[in-house]
This record gives sequence, C-alpha cells and structure tokens, in this order.
Amino acid sequence: MESHVVQLVQLCLNGIAIGAIYALVALGLVLIYKATEIINFAHGDILMASAFVGWGLITIAGLPFWLAALVTMLLAAALSYVLEARVLRVIVGQPQFAGAMLTLALAFMLRGAVSMAFGPTSRTFPTPWTGQTTHLGPLVIADLNLVILVAALVITALLFFFLRRTSVGISVQAASQNQLAAYLCGIPVKRLNSMVWAMAGAMAAVGGLLLAPIALVDIGLWYVVLKALAALVLGGFGSIPGAIVGGLLIGIVEQLAGVYLPDGFKDVMAYLVLIGVLVLWPRGILGEAHGRRV
Amino acid sequence: MSYLAVEHLGLQFGGLTAIRGLSFTVEQGEVFAIIGPNGAGKTSVFNVITRVFEPSAGRVTLRDREITAIPRHRIAEAGIARTFQNIELFESATVIDNLLLGRHRFSHGNPLAQALRLPSACRAEDHSRGKVEEIIDLLDISPYRNSPVAGLPYGVRKVVEIARALATEPELLLLDEPASGLNPEETRDLAFWIDDIKNDLGITIVMVEHDMSLVAEVADRVLCMNMGGVLALGSPEEVRAHPDVVAAYLGV
Amino acid sequence: MRFPYNTSYRDAQKLLRYRADWLAYGLLAAVLIAAPWILPRYYVGEATYIFIMCVASLGLMVVTGFTGQISFGHAAFVAIGAYTHTLLLTAGVPFIVSIILAGVFTGLIGLLVGLPAIRVSGLHLAMVTMAFAIIVEQIVGRWKSVTGGFTGIPVPPPRIFGFDLGAQKPFYFLCLAVLLAVLAALVNLLRGHAGRAFVGVRDSEAAALSLGIWIAGYKVLAFSISAGITGIAGALFAHHVQFVTPEGFSLLLSLELVIMVMIGGLGSLRGAVFGAVFISLLPTAISAMKPFLPDRVAGQFGLETFVFGLVLALFILFEPMGLNGRWLKLKSLFSAFPLYRKDTFRRGKTYMKSERYR
Repeated sequence: MESHVVQLVQLCLNGIAIGAIYALVALGLVLIYKATEIINFAHGDILMASAFVGWGLITIAGLPFWLAALVTMLLAAALSYVLEARVLRVIVGQPQFAGAMLTLALAFMLRGAVSMAFGPTSRTFPTPWTGQTTHLGPLVIADLNLVILVAALVITALLFFFLRRTSVGISVQAASQNQLAAYLCGIPVKRLNSMVWAMAGAMAAVGGLLLAPIALVDIGLWYVVLKALAALVLGGFGSIPGAIVGGLLIGIVEQLAGVYLPDGFKDVMAYLVLIGVLVLWPRGILGEAHGRRV
Repeated sequence: MSYLAVEHLGLQFGGLTAIRGLSFTVEQGEVFAIIGPNGAGKTSVFNVITRVFEPSAGRVTLRDREITAIPRHRIAEAGIARTFQNIELFESATVIDNLLLGRHRFSHGNPLAQALRLPSACRAEDHSRGKVEEIIDLLDISPYRNSPVAGLPYGVRKVVEIARALATEPELLLLDEPASGLNPEETRDLAFWIDDIKNDLGITIVMVEHDMSLVAEVADRVLCMNMGGVLALGSPEEVRAHPDVVAAYLGV
Repeated sequence: MRFPYNTSYRDAQKLLRYRADWLAYGLLAAVLIAAPWILPRYYVGEATYIFIMCVASLGLMVVTGFTGQISFGHAAFVAIGAYTHTLLLTAGVPFIVSIILAGVFTGLIGLLVGLPAIRVSGLHLAMVTMAFAIIVEQIVGRWKSVTGGFTGIPVPPPRIFGFDLGAQKPFYFLCLAVLLAVLAALVNLLRGHAGRAFVGVRDSEAAALSLGIWIAGYKVLAFSISAGITGIAGALFAHHVQFVTPEGFSLLLSLELVIMVMIGGLGSLRGAVFGAVFISLLPTAISAMKPFLPDRVAGQFGLETFVFGLVLALFILFEPMGLNGRWLKLKSLFSAFPLYRKDTFRRGKTYMKSERYR
C-alpha cells in the first residue's frame, strides 16, 4: 500500500476510536433526551468526575482495573439517579430551557467539587492495555483503541436489545412519546426516568474511564460533551443510531482535519460541523422531521 | 367575480391527501360556515388561505388577487385575519398588548424613532390604543384589559382572540371553531357578535364550526366538507337536509 | 394598594407615575452619583465593572428574554466589540465614533449569526451560538497579526474632546452614562411596537405570522440589536481591562451572561440589571467569605465555580422567575399588606409537555 493511503486509513482508525467515545457520550445524552427531554450539560462532568474517581480507586485505593471500573460505574449511576429523582424532577413541566440551565448548574457544581477535591493538576492511571499495540499489515492500532471500539459496540448492542426487546425498555419508549399517557397506563414514569439517568450515568463512567488513558485525567475532560452535542446534531437529534454515526464521523473528521487542514482547524472542526448541519440540514443524517400543527 | 374564490384546491402531506379538488366561492358581506366530520380538511382550508401550508394544486383569490403568491407575513396586510382552533394567544402579555399586537401591520415608526420615543412614534401608539379601545368596547372585555392572558377563563380567551383578529382591521375574518369549549350563554353572545361584526363592521366571515345551532343562526351559506372535498353547499337548512350530509354524519 | 386612574392614553405609558417612584429612583441616582467619593477605590472599580456587565446582560436579555432565542455565545460579541473598539482607537479614530462603530459592526456580525435563528430555535440555537463563540475565541487567539494572539494588545485610554476619561472616577461616570443611555433606549423600544412584536414571536409564532409579524425579520433584528449592545459593553470592557487577550472572552463569560439573565428573571430589563449586579458581586462576596471557611475549602480553585452552580440551581428550583420575580412578589406583598395570600404565586402541578415538535 502507498504511504498516504496507509496514513489515511490509520487516521480513520484513530478517528473511529475517539469517535466511539463521542458516540458513547452522545448515546447517554440521547437516552436522557428521549426519556426526559432534557439536554444534560452535566453529562460531560459526570464523565470527568468518573475519570477522577477511577484514578483515585486505582492509584490510591489500589483496586484492580476491572473492580475500579465497576465501582465507578455504580457510583456514577447512583449519582445520576439521585440527580434525576431529587433535583430535576422538581422542574418537570417547565420549559426545556430551564432543564438545560439546571443541568448546567449541576455541571458547574460537579466541576467545582471535583476541582476542590482533586486540585487542578492532571494525572494518569494504568489500564491493562496501556502501551500495547496490535499490528495489522502496515497499520498500527493501540489496543486501547480496540477496547474502546468493542466497549462502544457492546453498550450499543445492549441498549438496542434493552429498548426493543425488554418490557422495561418498551415502557421507557412509551414514556418518552407521551409521559402523561404512559403514566395513566400504569407505567412508573418517575422510576423509569431515574433509571434511564442512572444508565446514562454508567455509560458516562465507561466513557470517562476509556477517555482518560488517551487524554489524561483532567478537569477539561467535560469538553467532550460539546463534541458529543455536535455528533448528536450531525446524526440527527433524538436518534440513537444517529448518535453513533454522528460520533464516529466527528471523530474521523477531527483526525483528518488535524493533518490535512491548517493548524487550529482540528479544535474547531466539530463546531463548524455543528453550525453547518444545523443551518443547512437541521434534521441531520437520521433525525425526525419537525413541524407543528395549528 | 366572486369576492373569495377557492379553485380546484389540492393539499397533500406525503401520501396523505388533506384537500382534493376543492372549489367554492364566498360573497362579500356574508357569513360562510364550513362544517364536516373531523379530518375533513376544514382547518387545512384555513391554513392554505393564511399561507401556513403551500397548496399542491389550485389557487385562492381574494378580489381577484392571488393569495397563494403573498408571503406568509403579508396575509394580514391583504386584509385577512384568523383565529385558531387551539387558542394561540401571546400568553405572557396582557389583553391590551395582545390587541395592540393585532395592530402590528400599521406603522408605528422605525425602531430608532421608537427607541428615542419621538413624537411621531408616541402619536402612532396613542392612535393604536384608541382603535383597540373601540374593539374592547365592542366585545365587552374591558374588565380584563390589563390582565395577563394566561390566567383568563377559556371563554374570555376565545373572545380576546377574536378581538385581536379584529384589531388587524380585516375585511375577511376566518374563525376556526369559535364556539368550541364555550357554554351556551357564551355561544349566544358569540352569535350576536358575529352578527355585529358582519353588519356594523362590514367584515366577511368564514367560520369552521361544529355547533349546528350556531351555524343555523348566523350563517348565510354552509359548505359541508368530507374527505377533503365538497359534500354539500347551500343554505343551512338545505345542507342539514342533504342526504349525503346525513349519511356522512351518521355513518350510514 | 394603588389603582391606576388614567385620564389619557399617555398616562398609561408613563414610566414614573407616582411620587414614590420619583423618590425611589431619585434616591438611587443620588447614591450612584455620590458613590465614587464614598466607596473605597477597589469598589469603585467593581461598580464600573458591574455597569459594563449590566450593559452586556441587557443586550442578552433582548434576545433571550424577549424573543426567547437562547444564546450561549454572547462572549463572542463582547470580544468582537472589544477588539473592534481597540483597533479603531489605535488607528486614531475618536472615542465616540469608535464605540458607535464597534456597536454597529458587532450588530452586523450579530445579524449574520442571527440568520440561523430563522431555521433553528431553542436549544439548537443555543448550540449554534455556543459553537460560534468557541470558533471566535479560536480565531482571536490565532489571528496574531490583528489581535496580537494570546499576548493581546494594549487599549488606548478613552478620550472625549481632549479630556482623558481613563482615570477611575471619570470612567465610572462614562460607564454609568452608557448604561443609562442603553437602558433608556431599550425601555422605550421594548414597551412599544417592536417590543410587543418580540414577545409575540416568543409566545406564538403561528399567531404572530397571522398578524403580519415578519418573524424571521424580527428574530434577526433582535439578534442584531442584542449583539450591538453587547458589542458596546465589549468596548467598555476593553477599557476596563486595559489589555485585551482572548482569555477574557471564554465560554465561561457566555455562560455567566446567560446565568445573569436567568437569575435576574427572563423577560424584564430590571431582571437583567439585577442579575448582572448579583453575579458580578458574587466573586467578591465569595472572597469576602473565605476567611470564615475552613482552609481546606477556602484555598481551593473550584469554590467559585461550585457556588455559581449552586446559586443558579437554587434559583431555577425555587425562584424560576428570578430576582425580578422576587421583587414583584415583595412589592405585591407590601402593597396588599394585610390581605396577602401565601399561595398567590404558587405553581400548579405540572407534567412534561413535549417541545419536540415546536
């Protein structure tokens, strides 16, 4: 193979790995959006906090990686559950904007709390795959990237099975279509909403634990939520497959921009895509049609 | 020529046909009622006339002027005002502000003149206020003048919506189910107001209505729609006695 | 309790109708004029900063509070205003011309950013504006030949007709004057024809269209006015910091502005001022509290962020109408004193209403 083709494929592979994390975060956002119609700006901060907790469990408490991951996921799920049940439920029925602002407030609080607890320095923790690579012909793939991809695929598959095949999942879908009607049909909407938040929280924790080894354990990790929003918009807001497609595409576009476009484009590529898609093509790749009856 | 003419109108959403080949005319100064079962396309006709929907076929003319060529926000300038089936008021604003918004199409000076509160802008404001007070008197809503709309009873909100439509000084008024949700007493008041609007203000009224007693009382002619087309057209008595209408309503 | 007794339509439009209003606002004016001689130096600077933030939050209030379009990117307009003004001053343009041009130019940029608002609304628009602000921040940081990059550029002192207004007291009054001018213009604009149209666009697009309100036009107009005012705030901000760097205009500033209008109470100019005062004073209040906090908490970096979040959360949960809402409630409590009912402003039970199909 020629070298620039190899480079292109290599970039795409790296992009897919980072895109898988965007997709994972976007998936959590879309899940929460579908169930409670809130855009959870705190999602990135839950991810960031999870990375810090994971770091603490591994390097300070000395837990093995898998156990630490499990505990972190449970903690993130519990936190999200409590946030939904105790905080966000208070403002049900108020405009969407209020919900978004409330999650923004929670995001600030989490960010402040983590910053107070751990200080401003970045850190890193070892994973079973750190430093290992797999060679595939001329391509070099970090094992960590493979793990990220597999984890994203597994979670997506589980989520699909849950929403399509289990009765609880179908109740969640019903509640997301019409909360009042679902409630009147005897679906425990409140509990389901909290549960969906908990699931999204656990997914954020996975995202945090996988992103941290690539990008350091740092307060700035919450920024990934902005990339995930771009992914959601590109894929079509409110669509689960769209979140995945959008996440992967954003990851790839960013990697390519870093090499083929002038300096500085890599950082803003996701936002350029976001603006472009919303202005020219608001439905995104797999989004639903909009419209309102009078 | 007819005053308002709807010619061979068609409206489709994807595979769904809401209106098919609909034609009718409305004469100036009459009260024209459109009745028909749910989903017959009545409100869609209003939405085409007020340019909410783009028709897929046919045209609508008012005094021989093609409406389908006017941009949506110029419909009020063309002299057409409407109310909505599910009240669309400006909830956070007061009744008087809602009505003043009805007078939006009349110039109040450019934004700079408004920001500096030049005398011209003040005079325009006073003039609008005077016009709005006339409508408040006509429809008897002065007790609610300064209340926010959100807290008013349903019947009052319906009337405020009609008042707001009148504030645009229309020559054609489209009322979408004006009596739905009103109690019998309010419906009777409404009948008188419709008469007043027609006789005193000289406004032509087209209304979609389910309440047949109201239709029989105020309408000069009635169009019964079904499946997006004309089922019957004539005086209220003729339409009510029409065998197809009876069949459509009773489902025979 | 007072009952309005109008004998002409003009009566209803008066801003200061009662002697009590004249007294209250007169007192406020006296305090503001005397302040630079009473307050310690540090607080005069602080007050100046508050005036600047008031102008910016008034700008954001026009678009978010009145037309209901959410912007998470107003820091970009502050930045554009600040840099335009600085560059014009450096090029030798007189202060008054320069600040007006900065406002107009930012308003034009706002016009461009407002165009997407025709197609997207709600939180989607919030995302567009946020993305715009992030991109502007990057451009400002990288366009070294014009903006000086991350090292920044110095701001020439404000001079009007040969008088240097850069010293603390003159600058205080300059900012106060600009704030009052902006406030007066907005009060007039928003209680009249254009303001009603903004509210109409916010509350029901369908009805607004049927009344002949050109929605796209008004949305863009609101965006443009808002950006222009925020740009003027940016020009003053440049003088306040005396050295403009991209760090001053981060996403955090955008969010602070949103928090100001939110906490102040959406849809009221008084709220914008309340919110700006409250949020601008918060860091000062936190540092004043620090000696009383345990060292472990007080010395930490994230305390301010945490308190910001906490205050915002408490307002959304317990006082969604913001400081202005609280103000109105207190007023009605006093005016109706013995007859006040505890549940007057109680919210009814609600369930989620989908905004997905708006």
